[in-house]
Amino acid sequence: MLEATLHKGFPGRAESAAFHLDLQFTAATGVTVLFGPSGSGKTLTLDLIAGFTQADSGRVVLDGEVLYDSRARVNLPARSRRTGYVFQNYALFPHLTLRENLEFAARQRPGGPSTGEMLERFRLSEVAGRRPSQLSGGQRQRGSIARSLIGQPRLLLLDEPARGLDSGLRQELYSVLAGLTTPVLLVTHDLDEGYALGAQMLVMREGHVIQTGVPRAIAERPATAEVARLLGTYNVLPGPNGQWRCIEYRHVEARPREGELREGEFAATLAHSYEHTGGERLEFAGGLLVDRAPGPLAEHWAVRFPPERLRLLR
Amino acid sequence: MTDWSPLWLSLRVAAISTGMSLVIGVWCAYWLANRDFRGKEILDSLVTLPLVLPPTVLGYYLLIVLGRESSLGQFYETLTGGPLVFTWQAAIVAAFVHSAPLLVKSARAALEGVDSTYEWAARNLGATEWRVFWSITLPLARRPIAAAGALAFARAMGDFGVTIMIAGNIPGRTQTVATAIYDAVESGQGALARTLVIAVSLTAVVILTLANRLNRKAEC
Repeated sequence: MLEATLHKGFPGRAESAAFHLDLQFTAATGVTVLFGPSGSGKTLTLDLIAGFTQADSGRVVLDGEVLYDSRARVNLPARSRRTGYVFQNYALFPHLTLRENLEFAARQRPGGPSTGEMLERFRLSEVAGRRPSQLSGGQRQRGSIARSLIGQPRLLLLDEPARGLDSGLRQELYSVLAGLTTPVLLVTHDLDEGYALGAQMLVMREGHVIQTGVPRAIAERPATAEVARLLGTYNVLPGPNGQWRCIEYRHVEARPREGELREGEFAATLAHSYEHTGGERLEFAGGLLVDRAPGPLAEHWAVRFPPERLRLLR
Repeated sequence: MTDWSPLWLSLRVAAISTGMSLVIGVWCAYWLANRDFRGKEILDSLVTLPLVLPPTVLGYYLLIVLGRESSLGQFYETLTGGPLVFTWQAAIVAAFVHSAPLLVKSARAALEGVDSTYEWAARNLGATEWRVFWSITLPLARRPIAAAGALAFARAMGDFGVTIMIAGNIPGRTQTVATAIYDAVESGQGALARTLVIAVSLTAVVILTLANRLNRKAEC
């Protein structure tokens, strides 16, 4: 169980705007996904928990042990925090073989599983004698996770571990993570990854958590128009009283226009259309997006927002 | 028959001085590269100073600090039974002071050039700072540091001014190749001077080639 309250500010500079991280959350066993756009403070959150960077104030408690508490002046060094960090580029030591990488980790925190066991478990025994530069992306990734687990961390921190991996390797990663008993904090800006993994998802923007919940529930009921926008599955249109009318692409009803518009419908002109794995996406003039099963196309359309699917959000 | 003893003495002095530079210089470079402490800027300036001061000025300072009248000089004398100045050991001190700053500068750049992600990964796995340095930072910077060592060796071999100030120019005892060439020219022994000049130049070319090769591999 992880409880974190973190505050960290960076003053504005000529080349970068000021940034303030200000968040509070708890993460239980299972995968907690930090979802948000680039620059929302996701990686910074991992670094603060791992002790790579010091917060301005706050408190981090892991399984009852205080890792950081600004008031009590507790700040454990990174080496004493027993978190396992899987870096975006995996950070396997380039001058050591994969086996030596794992042995290095095992020597720092003895008492865990043996190097051989871990290599076996992650199907890396055959390439254990290779340097990281001679491994494939998937092998590097598994090696990095194996290395971080060998010291029996109490929390696993993963920074976009699936970035640049093809879908087969992603699935493999997800099944590895699903088999872990350690709580996992995973950074991603891929919503599908959140779906595939997340017991809990924190939606982050500009250093703040703007919604927390199960990924499916967030996707179906975004708390604000901002969340709906970040999800990338919603049309967010201006509504009454400064509110926003939000509707999922897949819930918009669209038909090629023949004759008069029916009640509740409005006219729209198709700008583009393309097929994707889930079906077909229509893009109308003005930016309205619609997902549907592939069907006949036309230039002029009648579009309708089913009232029960339309959400009015701040 | 050419007297090769100055060349051998120079090689010996440069080797010992480079060994000292590697230990002390890399340690110093590590502090400058990784730690924030009071007086860091002053230490950095002090380390750079020997690169810009005339060697005779350095030699003068060393004479004051290590001479027979000084407390350090007297401490050395009680330890070894003889003075430090005007011995071949003083030539080592001269070579060290002349060449170590070069190594500190290059080693600092080499250490700072190591991707800090690897160091953080090691700390995250539970490694102490000492372990991070020995097992990660230093091995990753080994080639440029070795190249810096080679350059320091070449510079140590070439010192004239500091050596002549504190070790003198005693043939067979403290005469290094640089001072021997000076002597040879002064006393009209053109052939000896030429031979020694060629020998030093060849040694320097070999060392510089080695340093370049190490640096090139480090970039790959």
